[in-house]
Amino acid sequence: MFAWLNQIVQVSWMNLKNIPQRAGASLVIVVGIAGVVGVLTAILSMGAGFRATLGNAGFEDRAIVMRNGATSELSSGLSREQADVISGAPGIRRDANGKPIMAAELLVIADLPKASTGTLANAAVRGVQPGSFLLRPEVKITQGRMFNFGTREVIVGKQAAMQFSGLKLGSRIAFRDSDWSVVGIFEAGGSANESELWADAEVVQSTYRRNGFQSVSVALENKSALKTFKDALTADPRLQVKVSTMKQYFAAQSEVMSKLINVLGYSVGLIMAVGAIFGALNTMYAAISTRGREIATLRAIGFGAMPVLVSVLLEAELLALIGGAIGALLAYLLFNGYTAATLGSNFSQIAFDFRVTAALMGQGMVLALAIGLIGGFFPAWRATRLPVATALRAE
Amino acid sequence: MDALVSLVSIRNLVKTYQRGPEKIEVLHGIDLDIPRGDFVCLMGPSGSGKTTLLNLIGGLDSPTSGQIDFDGKRIDQMSSSKLTQWRANHIGFIFQSYNLLPMLSALKNVELPLLLTKLTAAQRRHNAEIALQLVGLKDRIKHKPSELSGGQQQRVAIARAIVSDPQLLVCDEPTGDLDRKSADEILSLLTQLNQEHGKSIIMVTHDPKAAEYAKRIVRLDKGTLVAASA
Ligand SMILES: Nc1ncnc2c1ncn2[C@@H]1O[C@H](COP(=O)(O)OP(=O)(O)O)[C@@H](O)[C@H]1O
Ligand SMILES: [Mg+2]
Repeated sequence: MFAWLNQIVQVSWMNLKNIPQRAGASLVIVVGIAGVVGVLTAILSMGAGFRATLGNAGFEDRAIVMRNGATSELSSGLSREQADVISGAPGIRRDANGKPIMAAELLVIADLPKASTGTLANAAVRGVQPGSFLLRPEVKITQGRMFNFGTREVIVGKQAAMQFSGLKLGSRIAFRDSDWSVVGIFEAGGSANESELWADAEVVQSTYRRNGFQSVSVALENKSALKTFKDALTADPRLQVKVSTMKQYFAAQSEVMSKLINVLGYSVGLIMAVGAIFGALNTMYAAISTRGREIATLRAIGFGAMPVLVSVLLEAELLALIGGAIGALLAYLLFNGYTAATLGSNFSQIAFDFRVTAALMGQGMVLALAIGLIGGFFPAWRATRLPVATALRAE
Repeated sequence: MDALVSLVSIRNLVKTYQRGPEKIEVLHGIDLDIPRGDFVCLMGPSGSGKTTLLNLIGGLDSPTSGQIDFDGKRIDQMSSSKLTQWRANHIGFIFQSYNLLPMLSALKNVELPLLLTKLTAAQRRHNAEIALQLVGLKDRIKHKPSELSGGQQQRVAIARAIVSDPQLLVCDEPTGDLDRKSADEILSLLTQLNQEHGKSIIMVTHDPKAAEYAKRIVRLDKGTLVAASA
């Protein structure tokens, strides 16, 4: 056992020291594997970012109430009376004055020019109430000020300000034949709210000539209060509503998109990985067949077949590791924090950042090692299966 | 007494190769004894089975039937991993095409067999230097094989073959790729190893001049030993 280990160490050390002299062939493996890992990590980081953006807003101690059968806020509708009934339900957390922390909100669409192309795209405008801010303590004004209730003032989410032109602090914008001024820019902890414009719900109602709301959001006393709250609402004959935690709601919203990204990522990754495996196999076969005589000589001298096999594998794994690290690092440097926008389920733009997480990079490294293992094993196995006498004869 | 006990004793050795569906018997029942301290030359036409016989004696391959005793121990039925270890301890190989590792310096090439021993790095280096000195290449230890002439490369290979002090040197056409002068140098070196260092040697050659260096000649024809001359 010691002898074997010693042989593995010695032969591997010798092989590794000689890698620079086989730089060309080694580089092919490294670059190929770096490509696979880089692309896979980049694509999956899109999904990770998307989930994080939508998932951020979803806390388990917040609930959103929509009309039964609505698949998103835009297809929901609740009347003022229903909103009042909901505010009286048990399980809602109360503020210092004993008032329930809740907000009935509108969600409407405004056509605004995109910053990148200048073409009109859907921007989400949320009509909010004071409770909206109590519900979402992560919302912070970073520039300018809060809008005044009762006026045509908006505050603009950080991402929306970047995605659309004309949403700078102090700009005036026109939608629904009315003039609005941008008085503040806000952040919302990276959530989808950052892609929205917020204004007073009452003002939005009058501008859009609406009476009701799209949804009612509440802060729950605690996680287990959801059942109390939900049971009370579903039992009430005046309401036909469904209740979900924000977390559930956003998970459902992001499901299709993040599935799509994952399917895309894994299938592209798989195709590239298969290509890289064949590339690695090819290079390793070539590298090993040119070394067939060396391997045979080592075995004639008395080195075991196993140590030779293991050391060839170690070499392949080292190259794979280098390639994988380069790929993951490139994906991180090029894509981490890169902002993309997509059509959210409310038919409005949702911006999100690519997230090259440690887990994704780790996954990329595992893939690299797998490619190296497969690409190195078969050539090494074949080389060591050949009888020494036969291998020595081969010219 | 010792001289009477053969280092290698071969009885009724048969080797058959499988080529597709066909079985080809290459050696048809060889009997041969190599005493300690012998320098025996194996000659014969191409394809007569010289390399095959040499590989069996050197433990690079196993016979189909028959018996090979080496130093009183049977090697014909050893498993391939046992045989690998056995080769490291008992045989030094010298090939026609040298078979040096091209990436390694002369010194590192000679150190290779010592990687299989428990020697320290310093001891390995020391022993390898002594072996290189013995073959007259003390001043070339840092050179890569590509920076050495054919004769010098073969001398590095000889240093590698003797560095772990094996009993038998197995040489398959060691001068086949060399010019006359280099060939004579290599053959003198082998003679010196035989006479001064007590190495037993079995050498295949086509060259009658090379054969003159040996103590005796054994001839193989179509897989059968035909005649021995002293
Ligand atoms: N691995 C093998 N498979 C099949 N036939 C072989 C193999 N090795 C050698 N032979 C055949 O065995 C015969 C003897 O070969 P060899 O021992 O190399 O002869 P020599 O060294 O005398 O030229 C030749 O006909 C050769 O083609
Ligand atoms: Mg031959």
